[in-house]
Amino acid sequence: MQAEYDVVVIGAGPAGLAAAIEAKKNGVERVLLVDRDRELGGILQQCIHNGFGLHLFKEELTGPEYAERFINELKELHIEYKLETMVIDLSKDKVITMVNSKDGLLTIKAKAIVLAMGCRERTRGALNIPGTRPSGIFTAGTAQRFVNMEGYMVGKRAVILGSGDIGLIMARRLTLEGAKVLAVVELLPYSSGLTRNIVQCLEDFEIPLYLSHTITRIKGKHRLEGVYIAGVDGNRQPLEGTEVYIECDTLLLSVGLIPENELSKAANIELDTATNGPIVSESMETSIDGIFACGNVVHVHDLADYVTLEAQRAGVSAAEYVKGLLWKKRTDICIRAGQGVRYVVPHFVNVDNLKDTLELFMRVDDVYKDKNLLIKLDDEILTTMKKKRLVPGEIEHIEINAKMLKEKSVSVLTVEVQKEGA
Amino acid sequence: MEKRKMICISCPLGCNIEVFRDESVSGFSVSGNKCELGKEYGVKEMTNPTRLLTTTIKLKNSHLKRLPVRTDLPIPKVLIKNCMREINRIEVSAPVEAGMILVENILGTGANVISSRSIGQNQHAGM
Repeated sequence: MQAEYDVVVIGAGPAGLAAAIEAKKNGVERVLLVDRDRELGGILQQCIHNGFGLHLFKEELTGPEYAERFINELKELHIEYKLETMVIDLSKDKVITMVNSKDGLLTIKAKAIVLAMGCRERTRGALNIPGTRPSGIFTAGTAQRFVNMEGYMVGKRAVILGSGDIGLIMARRLTLEGAKVLAVVELLPYSSGLTRNIVQCLEDFEIPLYLSHTITRIKGKHRLEGVYIAGVDGNRQPLEGTEVYIECDTLLLSVGLIPENELSKAANIELDTATNGPIVSESMETSIDGIFACGNVVHVHDLADYVTLEAQRAGVSAAEYVKGLLWKKRTDICIRAGQGVRYVVPHFVNVDNLKDTLELFMRVDDVYKDKNLLIKLDDEILTTMKKKRLVPGEIEHIEINAKMLKEKSVSVLTVEVQKEGA
Repeated sequence: MEKRKMICISCPLGCNIEVFRDESVSGFSVSGNKCELGKEYGVKEMTNPTRLLTTTIKLKNSHLKRLPVRTDLPIPKVLIKNCMREINRIEVSAPVEAGMILVENILGTGANVISSRSIGQNQHAGM
């Protein structure tokens, strides 16, 4: 027999927890949260550093503390959840197929679904670094789980490729646990991590950061023995004569995250090539009616607080959908990433579903200093925002008064970085 | 006049601030900060830089081998290494409640080391 639920949420990290809680709080009775791990909280449980919750709770919490607030609320609301359960298929009719060792194969029919599967790390295979394939090469997140939860130290002398936040956090973590971090190597001329992490994770421990550098070769038969690093030119190609050998037994890769959308693809949900996540509306609804998405499965966020805010919106929308309160007409306004902008989320807006404000999350495609960020409604400039610094590593969060959008009949909203002299 | 440029790490905004030595009560003035935390941070970096320490300790009787812990107050930066040595000596057994004090007043800093999550006992964990 096929079980039925009002809202099923896939993934119990910060996004899934918040979405399930909001769905239930907004009057939906049968909510189910599903996760493949053995406990709730997702990756937050391995992020033992502080910095979570500043926006939401005005307090500085660690990842596990942040997760626990939501886990407690979920339990107080008596929301049903299944752990160690893997969703293996999703159909556009909202039938979910899952497996676990207790129930075996399960199919569940949902009135609404919230996708909150998060993202996955890019691995060595995605980079094509030449050399042998010894042990001692990890993605930064895998190393984080080994060290912080499983109790295995990954090595004694480490090099970190990529200056994403997890790489920076792990540079500090390995140093505290007694390893020597010899270098953080970044291909781009700027770091993709938060500035505060450069200060508190690298500068505090005098760990050198090599910008515009890459790893050219990996050496070692059984265990990693060392890596060759070299400077790169403007086209990111290694510069001859700059190669240096660093003896190390561990290499961590912090070279980007990819939204995990196998299930979205199975259901034929439309994806954005810039974010690698589903195309979504102001209500976080995907191209399929009643399937919503939030958090890192939509686009990779740099703060968990913003994941929570986005997921709360998805949870409320899923509840409204179940109750028949969500408008289905959906292409009032298209949102476009203009000059200098890599992507903007959401992708389209139905103004009837907007409450007070329209929230936009965006990333620029390069480093910009003292530039104006423009919001255009069709060809008319709505807002000009002066920005001292815009970097691809940090998401810009923009709020637009919904009243302004409701009054005018607009078909395209564009966000762009103003050109020189304009 | 003594002046130092730095990046405030009080929150993820990471304001670029400048700290000048002057005749005020704190002895310094701060510019470029977007909130009071930036002012506090700037003065502290010049006098006694502190950091919250987050790490793990050995955990028994659970499905996990490590318990995440943190200091409940920032501790002087110069004492981080010594605090790690102290913290690495202890181990606890599940169940543990979040906020439970594991080391009181570590190295006389006034900060306690507390558990940063709750964790249940696991019957299946190899005893």
